Amino acid sequence: MIKFLLMVNKQGQTRLSKYYEQVDIEKRPSLETDVVKRCLSRKKEECSFVEYKDFRLVYRQYAALFIVVGISDTENELSIYELVHNFVEVLDKYFSRVVSSIMFNLDKVHIIIDEIIQNGHIVETNKNRILAPLLALDKMAEAH
Amino acid sequence: MSDVVEKTLSALPSLLSLDSQAGAGKLSPSSKLGNLIKGITELTSKHEEETLIKKELESIKEQVASPNTTMRQMKEIMVRAIYCEMLGYQASFSYIHAIKLAQQGSVLEKRVGYLAVSLFLNETDEFLLLLVNTVLKDLQSTNLIEVCMALTVVSQMFPKDMIPAILPVVEEKLTHPKEIIRRKAVLALYKFYLIAPNQVQHIHSKFRKALCDKDPGVMTASLHIYLQLIKENPESYKDLTGSMVTILRQVVGGKLPLDFNYHSVPAPWLQIQLLRILAYLGKEDQGTSEMMYDVLEESLRRAEMNHNITYAILFECVKTIYTVHPKSQLLEKAAECIGNFVLSPKINLKYLGLKALTYVVQQDANLALPHQMTIIECLDHSDVIIKRETLELLFRITNAQNVTVIVEKMLEFLRLTCDDYSTIDLVGKVAELAEKYSPDNVWFIQTMNSVFSLGGDVMQPDIPNNFLRLLAEGVDNVEDRQLRLFAVDSYVSLLQGETAKLPQRFLQVISWVLGEYSYLREEESDPGSVMRLLARLLDQRHTSTETRSWVLGAMTKLCSSPVSVALARDVCERYSGSLNTVLRQKAQELMILSQDTKLRARVLPAEGRLESPEVDSSLSFLDGYVSDALAAGAAPYKSPHQRQEDLVQEKALSLEPYGLSLPVSLSSCSITDRRSPTLLSMSSGLSGNSTELSHQEGSTTLKLEGVKRVWGKDGYLAQQQSAGETPTPLVELPSPLLSPQSPPSQKPSSGLEPDQEKRQLASSLFVGLGSHNSVCLMGRAETAPRHFRRKPRGESSSGASEGSSDSSHSSRSAAVDNLLHSNLLDSTTVASEGGAATTTTPQQTSQRTLDHTTSNGNPHVEGTEQRVEAGGPLSLIRGNGMVAVVPPTHTQTDPQTQQDLHPAPALERPRDLPLTSHLPAELSGLARSEFTPLCSDQDSSLALSACRVYKEDALVLLVFISNNNDSALHQMVLQLTCKELEISCISGSPLKEVKGHSVSVCLHTVVMKRASVQVELAGLLSYQRPLGQPQAAQFSLSLSLKHFLRPLTVSTGDYGKMWLSFSHDLKQNLRLVTTEHQEPLTATLDALKGKLHLHVVDIIGSEGIVACRLLQGPGQGQPCLLHCRVHADSLAVWLRSPVPELPDSLLYHCQKALTET
Repeated sequence: MIKFLLMVNKQGQTRLSKYYEQVDIEKRPSLETDVVKRCLSRKKEECSFVEYKDFRLVYRQYAALFIVVGISDTENELSIYELVHNFVEVLDKYFSRVVSSIMFNLDKVHIIIDEIIQNGHIVETNKNRILAPLLALDKMAEAH
Repeated sequence: MSDVVEKTLSALPSLLSLDSQAGAGKLSPSSKLGNLIKGITELTSKHEEETLIKKELESIKEQVASPNTTMRQMKEIMVRAIYCEMLGYQASFSYIHAIKLAQQGSVLEKRVGYLAVSLFLNETDEFLLLLVNTVLKDLQSTNLIEVCMALTVVSQMFPKDMIPAILPVVEEKLTHPKEIIRRKAVLALYKFYLIAPNQVQHIHSKFRKALCDKDPGVMTASLHIYLQLIKENPESYKDLTGSMVTILRQVVGGKLPLDFNYHSVPAPWLQIQLLRILAYLGKEDQGTSEMMYDVLEESLRRAEMNHNITYAILFECVKTIYTVHPKSQLLEKAAECIGNFVLSPKINLKYLGLKALTYVVQQDANLALPHQMTIIECLDHSDVIIKRETLELLFRITNAQNVTVIVEKMLEFLRLTCDDYSTIDLVGKVAELAEKYSPDNVWFIQTMNSVFSLGGDVMQPDIPNNFLRLLAEGVDNVEDRQLRLFAVDSYVSLLQGETAKLPQRFLQVISWVLGEYSYLREEESDPGSVMRLLARLLDQRHTSTETRSWVLGAMTKLCSSPVSVALARDVCERYSGSLNTVLRQKAQELMILSQDTKLRARVLPAEGRLESPEVDSSLSFLDGYVSDALAAGAAPYKSPHQRQEDLVQEKALSLEPYGLSLPVSLSSCSITDRRSPTLLSMSSGLSGNSTELSHQEGSTTLKLEGVKRVWGKDGYLAQQQSAGETPTPLVELPSPLLSPQSPPSQKPSSGLEPDQEKRQLASSLFVGLGSHNSVCLMGRAETAPRHFRRKPRGESSSGASEGSSDSSHSSRSAAVDNLLHSNLLDSTTVASEGGAATTTTPQQTSQRTLDHTTSNGNPHVEGTEQRVEAGGPLSLIRGNGMVAVVPPTHTQTDPQTQQDLHPAPALERPRDLPLTSHLPAELSGLARSEFTPLCSDQDSSLALSACRVYKEDALVLLVFISNNNDSALHQMVLQLTCKELEISCISGSPLKEVKGHSVSVCLHTVVMKRASVQVELAGLLSYQRPLGQPQAAQFSLSLSLKHFLRPLTVSTGDYGKMWLSFSHDLKQNLRLVTTEHQEPLTATLDALKGKLHLHVVDIIGSEGIVACRLLQGPGQGQPCLLHCRVHADSLAVWLRSPVPELPDSLLYHCQKALTET
């Protein structure tokens, strides 16, 4: 079960957050700071999974971007680790490697995440199918 | 990380650089969001951020309120609002605009509106109601994209109460020609299932259709529902095993379209999902497991590619193989796989390997053996996460021989960690291990000292509570004295040193122990020394008020000598003016008691300390008051969780006792009976009684989790029995995985020559595991009695003889016996699962024993399997009161039940019709109740009587219609109604008429919808005599919960798992039944078993675990678990169940059953 997904920059500033378990808005920043602190303090040769309270964090670094996923301890860490990569590959495909646009298109990244994860479960991993609704939306918007 | 990934990465310009390049203007000149992000990135302090966001929110607020804002602008504004909320600043004013955007925007704007709604609102938000109409409209839209986004938002959040409004539309989408719509509809239904399972009960067949959908995506979506359903109730979905296996085979075989591949691995996440489902289906079910062996093997074989994702699949596959019914060949391959993980230089794989190992050693501790050296290396790994995971693994393989080394490693870790959560977790584990496997008193006290110092004030409060209880309980024998004396000595020396660093909790423990047991050392030291140390504690500035009150309490117990009295007077003077009322009170007590020796002797008798004061935790002295209050109309007591439950469900207070439509006399008596379970269950909360405290987490009570389920245990326990004379059995565990021929040294860790020190560590860590140590796993099981030894002492009245020098040995034989019995019982129950319970004849047992003895030296796997088969469905009926499973169908073995169910044939009926002969043949062999006359008309021409037959899966209610007249009865209709019951007629054809002088029987199966103590069934028989008017006979019949209870045959291990997963619990003290020739516990449990059809899972020492289920339709049932513990003169019962009403009702019956005995 996935509890949350965070995209964070190297300074620890949240770029995107999506929660699958109810966490009060006021409590999120401190949770995120704490989570990010733990992941950023890890060395490269250390493993990509961190215990945090009663759940686990899976994190993956892409240049200056960190993606951190909070999961319950019955989840398969490595499969989430690869899910993150699948997600990044989808972003890469959609934004055609123009990373700069990723963060300015917060809404579209969210739409992509909504296709991949729902209620904390992985619901789609096929890249074409993940992007299909978004591409259709774009087409409609162009037509307007 | 794969090379591909690295390349991709290096190609990506850094995200951050974009932020700091001040290029936002260039990148998205018109983007206000861009400016916002850029602005925030450049900030240096939280304060600046706050100012900036506040300003931004002001501007957003202004814009959304403006009538000139277009939807396109609104979309942009919403994204900014999302950004602000993401940073933790509420933008609640924008919620309504988000909904408006979803309602009015064109497609992309609409999608952003929905997105904002799903991010802003939570599932209980009332705003969501405003969305229902929009969703409904979009679901019916001709634009597929709109349908799609509506389904997406529905599967994320939807108000529970409004589901019926859109359910038909969503169901309709299940047959939509587009796969994406079908897929999303399935996911929406899954969401409905999660939030309101009863709303989608009727569409289970549609789920099946989705599972068989030609599109793999739709099928994948349906697996979410099935994973959930199967997890909750595997029995009902065994028929899906074949389909799941086929699907997995096709996926593994690459039958899916190529775009489902991830790095050339076909649909890896789907494979993982399927493997999880198979694990639930195959668990403890040999037949089902056999269906999946092939595909599991294929999965292992196919996943050879060197990529993270294949390892993720392998990990899941290994877990499944170790969860389903074991197959040696597969287990070997899985173990090999784990080996590769653990030995891998890739740190993530090593972690996963350790995790897998931690999982599998719970099945077979020997699996850790080949990896000893790797484990040792991981213990000193630079990565703290690896270290932590290794400790977790060691915790699982701890036994009496390696406990000191493992605990030392854990403490070492604890000393370095500063993470509260790890500390709490590990400290609890150390305390558990110390209590379970402690080799001697000195070690135990020292370890607990470390626990208290390290755990400090964050540890679970039950650790000190359990520890104190452990010290306090027990008879005054030499060993107990030594333990206490050692504790006292150790604390005195601690207090003589620096106390500033000791946590408050530890100081409180110290104060209590010193107050209680200092007298043990009194002879050899000067009487005032302890008093002075305590006084010094009071002087310390860091000592908290709470601790001070503990210290004062201890002083009150100690102030016997003149020196102490003088000291006490000083202290009193200081604290009698304290602003804290508790301290002032304690000081007053100390003052008075220290001056009045006689009073002190009476209040705190020196010799009385050993006996725990009699606490009437059932508060029975209040019974009179309570019954008066109840009679006056007061509501019965509800435990906090029940009240919580009531609040949640918003239902009125349960009026059950009053609602019973019993005859007046009965109902009044039921109220007085009832007060106890409902009113007195507060005892745990109030009494502060140490028994109750110990129940928290159950960490020291009967070890539910600790009972290891080992493959082939069946065999090795029997061996133990055969080798019963040898105190340390040297028999080899027939492990299906590790044949003794392959010593663990065959796999040295990656060619490294381990140094002497590590070798030593390895030998001390893994002692007690495997063959080469000459002490087999048995050493592990053998130590368990030690754990049970600690608590029962003092209570087991036979303890007087236990006072020999080393009770761990003196009590061992008895305890081993005890354990053996229970484990044997356990293992046979496992073997009997699914099969009908039959008795094992002594021949059979000895046959089995023989089997194991012969396979003793050279255990092969085949042997294990053969044995299991040969053993077949077995259940053991034992002489010493531990009767395994006696379902009502086999009551012949249970005299009590027999008596209850087969009363003397003299029926009270006016005409003694031989109704027995009218029992349907298929029911005649089953246990049944007596015949109860229901009603008869004036001239006894028609008489009705009832009888209950206790079938395994239902209660069959038989209504006998005896026609004693010459004329036949026509147009008969029998109606039974009761809102708490589910009644279904099973007579072949509903009878219409009964001839003269004959008897007809109507059969109904009855199950309880909701657990309740007693229900009243109303019956109406309408009939017509020839030439007569239509007539009707009314009757009522009360059925009690106990008629619907059946034994629940579970193993101790499963009991433990179930126990942890149930949330509704209730605690109560019951009276113990005492008989001449039985232990009180056994006698009590026997009485309960006889009267209520409970299943006694296990009895160990002074604790017993019992399980039953409440019938709820075929193949279903609500379990209830009871954990009983003898405490003083009563039986502390703790009930747990997944349903809130069951423990309460069952407790009532337990109480009644015991009162009647």
